[in-house]
Amino acid sequence: MALPKYTEPHYRIWHYFYLFVCGCVFFFLIAPLFVIFPLSFNAEEFLVFTDGMKRLDPDAFSTRWYKDMVYGTKNPWGLAAKNSFIIAIFATIGSIILGTLAALGLSSRHMPYKGLIMAILISPMIVPLIISGVAIFFFMAKAGLAATHLGIILAHIILGTPFVVITVTATLSGFDHSITRAASSLGSNPFNTFMKITLPLILPGVISGGLFAFVTSFDEVVVVLFLAGLDNTTIPVQMWTGLREQLSPTILAVATCLIILSILILLTAELLRRRSERLRGINR
Amino acid sequence: MSSEQKILSTDGIPLEESLKQAEKKNKIKAFLLVTPLLLFLIITYIIPIADMFSRSIDDKMVTNMLPKTYKAMEQWDGKELPSEEVFKAFYLDYKILVENKTAGKLQTQLNYEKNGFKSVLKKLARKQKKFEEGNYKEQIMKVHKRWRNVDYWRAIKRRAPSYTYSKYLKGVDMYSNEEGKIVQVAENRRIHRILWSRTLEVAFFVTLFCFLMAYPIAHLLATLPMKYSNLLMICVLLPFWTSLLVRTASWMILLQQQGLVNDFFVWIGLVTNDNRPEMMYNKTGTYVAMTQILLPFMVLPLYSVMKTISPSLMRAGKSLGATPGVAFFKIYFPLTIPGIGAGCLLVFILAIGYYITPALVGGASGTLISNQIAYHMKSTLDWSFASAMGLMLLTGVLVIYWIYNKLVGVDNIKLG
Repeated sequence: MALPKYTEPHYRIWHYFYLFVCGCVFFFLIAPLFVIFPLSFNAEEFLVFTDGMKRLDPDAFSTRWYKDMVYGTKNPWGLAAKNSFIIAIFATIGSIILGTLAALGLSSRHMPYKGLIMAILISPMIVPLIISGVAIFFFMAKAGLAATHLGIILAHIILGTPFVVITVTATLSGFDHSITRAASSLGSNPFNTFMKITLPLILPGVISGGLFAFVTSFDEVVVVLFLAGLDNTTIPVQMWTGLREQLSPTILAVATCLIILSILILLTAELLRRRSERLRGINR
Repeated sequence: MSSEQKILSTDGIPLEESLKQAEKKNKIKAFLLVTPLLLFLIITYIIPIADMFSRSIDDKMVTNMLPKTYKAMEQWDGKELPSEEVFKAFYLDYKILVENKTAGKLQTQLNYEKNGFKSVLKKLARKQKKFEEGNYKEQIMKVHKRWRNVDYWRAIKRRAPSYTYSKYLKGVDMYSNEEGKIVQVAENRRIHRILWSRTLEVAFFVTLFCFLMAYPIAHLLATLPMKYSNLLMICVLLPFWTSLLVRTASWMILLQQQGLVNDFFVWIGLVTNDNRPEMMYNKTGTYVAMTQILLPFMVLPLYSVMKTISPSLMRAGKSLGATPGVAFFKIYFPLTIPGIGAGCLLVFILAIGYYITPALVGGASGTLISNQIAYHMKSTLDWSFASAMGLMLLTGVLVIYWIYNKLVGVDNIKLG
């Protein structure tokens, strides 16, 4: 944003200082992520930029840590990735189904005790994770579900549904209920009305809530640490173990893959947000 | 139309009634949609949290291990040594525990109550095999002189109730002493109070740093033209979507002694190469990493509020003679207060329960109350203490959340 010509010098200086501060903060936010990227291609086992890397010597770079991640015999990443995806996918499906239904009920103006119920439904988001972890662990241990995939999936549904409830409720806030009434008056049954009218319109909200649920599950480590046995290890648990014991470049290779995944998720979320705003007629 | 004449709907039912019925039907329909999730959360989440409370005050273990003793002790006034009856009951209870190999638990529990209990109980376990029938008081007192000390018997009696609030006292470094008075533990053992104050301190400063950094960039994002601000928004959203562990890992690399931050400090001549400062495994590491990780949670609510403030307000203020500084503090800043409240409380609540990052970059002096809870859950297995501390933390968070609700309203939570 350009300053008008008549700006006095000291405001001009102040303005550039402000832009400089903003630039520093943006740098602080984003730069740490990009440190991982080059270091994961380090040919050496150290986690510092070697002299070769500083000279951009091709020999100083290699993909050995990526090979180690995929083929390494002692590496648990294969199993962890498989578990992570299975758990995250089922947890997302569960969160979407339960969360969307609840959001539909909550956004009805006939809903009794709306405030109280909303508070209960989004409580897993507000209660510190460590407390959720302790409580869920006690439940799963009693139910005999500790150290099972099912137990972890259920735990992640608990943590993921608030996001779906919030995003879908937000989408429904601009929803014109007369179109569902129009469908019913034309003879459509409630299920058909939902599938053909409501769902397509709230789909962006459902999917972005689902993305939140997926990321929450995929990234969740506190609760899994309490629940997981050796067979249910996930990527975050492996990273946690790795970071505690010894920072190896293989972890950076995994981290790079996760950053790429998060870029993909970010792009999807942005596209959905824009589409949703267009569909709901919000012009900016 | 007279007021007594009722309007009828097509099927002959009064309209008022049929509307009421429809209303009721809609209510049930809405409630049924919410029911699956509500039930699921109540069973798997809300009840277990409530269960943490009963777990934290539960003290049935000792009571159940010494049933006969406590029955016999009912008449004992606690002033002098108990009667033969109590000694006999204790002998019989303890014998069963030794035979079942569960005496160790009792030894540990009673040792918490009175130091030195473990050794006398162990000695009793060895000696009591040779006990003869009758006159147990004499025989037990002969095993160790501490059995003649009435304090030890009072310690047993103190554990008689099935419920205790001692775990909560322990959480704030207090305990109830032999006379039943609540006192503080010795000064060098007050670890929990340090942790609570450190947690509050870290949460407060992280919130402050986040606010100071987020305010200018949220303002920039809200005032720039769309095509630039969308691009810059990625800088906020990408860390937001990236795994917490990845971001912590990158800080571990940056802050290590041979890391880039130290390299930079050496390069600009701030420190010499030989004494690079330790920036990780202490509070500095916790502050830096947590501020960066929680910053998006401050930027997003601030941005969504600033977006709604019309730029013409500031222009109007300036045209009426306000300097930019005055216009900012009198017009712009008050309008952003809802966003500041939302962001600060969101970051504060998240920071107060932080666990992973402090555990990895915090070292011993950077650990927070959550780490202590996890430690008792996984290492010492003192689950009732972990529950008690968890509930104390939860109470704090709920109070903050209540304020948040009063100031901003729960419905105003926005994601991205």
